[in-house]
Amino acid sequence: MSPRIAQIRLVSSHPEVYEPCDDSFALVDALLADRNNLLEHNPRLCVEVGCGSGYVITSLALMLGPHIPGAYYIATDLNPHAVRVTSETLEAHGVHAELIQTNIASGLEKRLERMVDVMVVNPPYVPTPEDEVGCEGITSAWAGGENGRRVIDRILPIADCLLSDRGWLYMVTLAANDPSQICRQMKKKGYAYRIVIQRSTEEENLHIIKFWRDPDCELDVKTPVTNKTFPERVVESLVSQFPQLSSWRTGGSNS
Amino acid sequence: MRLLTHNMLSSNIKGVSNGFPLRIEVEKVIEKEVDCNPDFLINMFAKIEWKALVDAARTMGYAELPEEAESSMLDSDEFLRKFHHALLELHLEEGALVCPETGRKFPVNKGIPNMLLHEDEV
Ligand SMILES: C[S@@+](CC[C@H](N)C(=O)[O-])C[C@H]1O[C@@H](n2cnc3c(N)ncnc32)[C@H](O)[C@@H]1O
Repeated sequence: MSPRIAQIRLVSSHPEVYEPCDDSFALVDALLADRNNLLEHNPRLCVEVGCGSGYVITSLALMLGPHIPGAYYIATDLNPHAVRVTSETLEAHGVHAELIQTNIASGLEKRLERMVDVMVVNPPYVPTPEDEVGCEGITSAWAGGENGRRVIDRILPIADCLLSDRGWLYMVTLAANDPSQICRQMKKKGYAYRIVIQRSTEEENLHIIKFWRDPDCELDVKTPVTNKTFPERVVESLVSQFPQLSSWRTGGSNS
Repeated sequence: MRLLTHNMLSSNIKGVSNGFPLRIEVEKVIEKEVDCNPDFLINMFAKIEWKALVDAARTMGYAELPEEAESSMLDSDEFLRKFHHALLELHLEEGALVCPETGRKFPVNKGIPNMLLHEDEV
């Protein structure tokens, strides 16, 4: 039996809320494609930033729910109608997520630091004039400012702060966002990445990229060594003493 | 909003150094039964600010949690049941979260807290 995802006829709507679209479907398809890994990953805390209609967080809860009964889901959006519509969509499917109306994850950053195991984001990624970013109403659902990067570039450092040591981030990007530059930037912060889905529609060339912390990645030179987590340091000192271990270390970091 | 979520939220107003825990103002509490998952509770226990949870639960009308808790208590089914109830089954449906430092209120409507800041607060 194929895993359950949200059904369009049960997804609630509102004129000011982004309806599930090609980008939403691509993100859910990426989660489905990676579902076996997700089940094995056994996430405790999953967060969606910018939940819109709730199509994605509902699908995630449905596809993981029966197998990971204890998982906790939190979804945010700055649009008040979106969080309400998301709660209706969740309820129509009989699943639960905690909703917070906020800018990205503001208010959660302190206590959720390094706690999020899975984060999913379909950000506003369309290149637009700067003044359309974050304005009221439906425009803020897609308006991404210059190169569509304005909101993405604010989300990435927050994701880095919230993701747990084993945290995974799935994000939608458009070719115009320069995804390879985003990947290089994340690599500097210590993330490995993989394009889970690439899809060209009539109007858009979409990439769904998965990022995860990888101890093998070059860390930003500015990062002091003491910032490393304890296990990373142990692995490093072990590897320096027993070079043959380094293959084990690479092997363990594939996701 | 469940009390686990409350335990994860702090005041995000610029300049506030002691934004946790947010005080709860109750207009309406609802209870929704959910399956108890001991593994989840045991894992979350380490991350919970216990006193904030006890106070929040009491404000919501549930005074069964012990003032102090330590991990050895997780062996007790009775304790797990109370912890589970406070953490996941009590929902603040209507009310507000109040910044402990400035008194600024973040409204909670239909169970959804609004943490958006005004321009002069960011
Ligand atoms: C492209 S839509 C995606 C909606 C939904 N996740 C989906 O895939 O169908 C982007 C969403 O992000 C929200 N958003 C935009 N800027 C945001 C911000 N700074 N913080 C939180 N949400 C934001 C918008 O309101 C909109 O609902």
